[in-house]
Amino acid sequence: MIYLRVFDERALIYHRHGRIGTWAISWGHEAIQVGAMSALRDHDWAFPSYRENKVGLVRGMSPADVLAGCRGHPQGWWNPNIWRLGSISIPVGSQVPHAVGFAWGERLQGRDTVALAFFGDGATSEGEFHEGANLAGVLGAPVVLLCTNNQWAISTPVRQQTRATSLADKAVGYGMPGVRVDGDDVIAVHLAVSEAVERARSGGGPTFIECVTYRMQAHAFPDDPSVYREDTDAAAARRNECLVRYERYLQRLDLLAPEVATRFRDEALARMAAAITEAEALPVPDPSLVFDHTYERKTPAMSRDLARLQASLAPGAAGKDSGRTP
Amino acid sequence: MSELLFVEALTSALREEMERNPQVVLLGEDIGRNGGVFRVTLGLQARFGPERVVDTPVSEAGIVGAAVGLCLARMRPVCELQFDAFSYPALNQIITHVGRYRWRTRGTAPMPMVIRMPCGGGVRAPELHSDSPETYYCHTPGLTVVTPSTPADAKGLLTAAMRSPDPVIFLEPKKLYRHLRGEVPDGEHVTPLGVVRTVREGEDVTLFAWGAMVEVATATADALAQKGVSAHICDVRTLSPLDEEGLLAAARATGRVVIIQEAPRTCGVASEIAAILAERAMYDLKAPIQRVTGFDVPHPYFSIEHHHRPDPSRVLAAVHGTLEA
Repeated sequence: MIYLRVFDERALIYHRHGRIGTWAISWGHEAIQVGAMSALRDHDWAFPSYRENKVGLVRGMSPADVLAGCRGHPQGWWNPNIWRLGSISIPVGSQVPHAVGFAWGERLQGRDTVALAFFGDGATSEGEFHEGANLAGVLGAPVVLLCTNNQWAISTPVRQQTRATSLADKAVGYGMPGVRVDGDDVIAVHLAVSEAVERARSGGGPTFIECVTYRMQAHAFPDDPSVYREDTDAAAARRNECLVRYERYLQRLDLLAPEVATRFRDEALARMAAAITEAEALPVPDPSLVFDHTYERKTPAMSRDLARLQASLAPGAAGKDSGRTP
Repeated sequence: MSELLFVEALTSALREEMERNPQVVLLGEDIGRNGGVFRVTLGLQARFGPERVVDTPVSEAGIVGAAVGLCLARMRPVCELQFDAFSYPALNQIITHVGRYRWRTRGTAPMPMVIRMPCGGGVRAPELHSDSPETYYCHTPGLTVVTPSTPADAKGLLTAAMRSPDPVIFLEPKKLYRHLRGEVPDGEHVTPLGVVRTVREGEDVTLFAWGAMVEVATATADALAQKGVSAHICDVRTLSPLDEEGLLAAARATGRVVIIQEAPRTCGVASEIAAILAERAMYDLKAPIQRVTGFDVPHPYFSIEHHHRPDPSRVLAAVHGTLEA
């Protein structure tokens, strides 16, 4: 959790330096991300939204690769099969049916894999969330639908997102258990997800879990929350956020000495410094990459366009392109 | 060889490939016990069971989105969307995920799915049951867009689509389902994607058509033959990516070109073909390229839809204009 927090803090600074691009910050969501991911087995899959851009770190992905992704560098476009992570879904809620189809496909092939879909409170207003959740119920797919209710979808508060008093209530309509859990409590999240994963794995079907937290930071950079909300709620949330609570809890039990927490933080900082150096040292991508992987093989038209692009980039080629197609 | 209806040729492709490849699963609304609204999947659930031929809720985005997950689980889903215009609720999945997943994962997570849907008009259907949505899919990188015009191609192209490493949008002209019968090879029959079909050779004018419009082109060519005009007919078959060399060869066969398309005109496949010919074969052409297309209006209700769909009389007028130019 400290590692993920430090990653976010450094990413914020790198973004302000102009060294990485848009970054969706999830400061305060570590209990949900780590609590949920640690409830999965290695062969289980997760389907992240843009705000779970760090969950790969929990699976062992290199921080330099994650930073490379933030720099728009192909080194950061991950192979889902290696990390057992669907690629990050930008369209809100669209990854929910992916998790359902994946889980069901695994079940059809006799494997006991469970899929976990991450999404936010705003996603529960989207059609694809509904279609995915409904399909999960009908198929009895071994899937966990994990909603991070951080109270805000950019500037829209959750009370304008739904008239329901609790997002977890929606589960009733899909015929699955609905669980509401304190998203600032990593142990509570871990237990709730573990129970849902166990139910899914043993044939008990899907579960909807609402993790209640607060988005202390901006939606992404360069969003400015002061335009649409008072900072008092965020300040209160900061006093009670997951890292503070977990550290206090461990210290009360004498399981974490303050100097150990400091050492974890220092180690994470050193890793991040090395990671940004590594990410920035990556070679400039070959222009042919523009045409790679759209289809299994480049179409003839793509090959022609690539030849023209390469010719225009060749030394001394400036202004020599006649514009005529060969 | 067997004499099959267009719809029966599709069924045989699905049945035979499901027998050959246990990774193939079908999903769609009413496709199981009911065999689909056009009966393309008739008998398949009884043969392969409800886990491989899945009756889904009414949920186009759910069906296509689940297919994305199935591909990640290394299955080969074949989705049936009930009607052309009912694919629009799934457009988000098709554009933002199906067409892009391979690209965003640097080739490591391909999406080998087929999305089948009936397309086009001419069967006296209600509103939003006669659309020709081909352009939306052709405009989306990563997709292969295919439409057959004969029972043999229905079987051969659908089999190829189920073996394609890339996602295929498979448009089935609903006018042909039970109206067209033809010889279909028995057993394994694969027709390569991305290659045009020469329907007949001719010398005076080249007619480009696809799907249900190939019949219109053929009827026009028969009428022209009565007047001593010889028409070359090219069935485009794969609308994206286009077989540019095949199109160029067909255009050069006569130097005069008429493109027939049921979909609305603006930014359509006919426009793309015309642009390719203008860029690469301008000096082989003897006359301006003509397009005969649906109008830029919603597909009309059926009492007037025959004015909208290109017919031989409209194509003949365009051919005469080309020959006189």
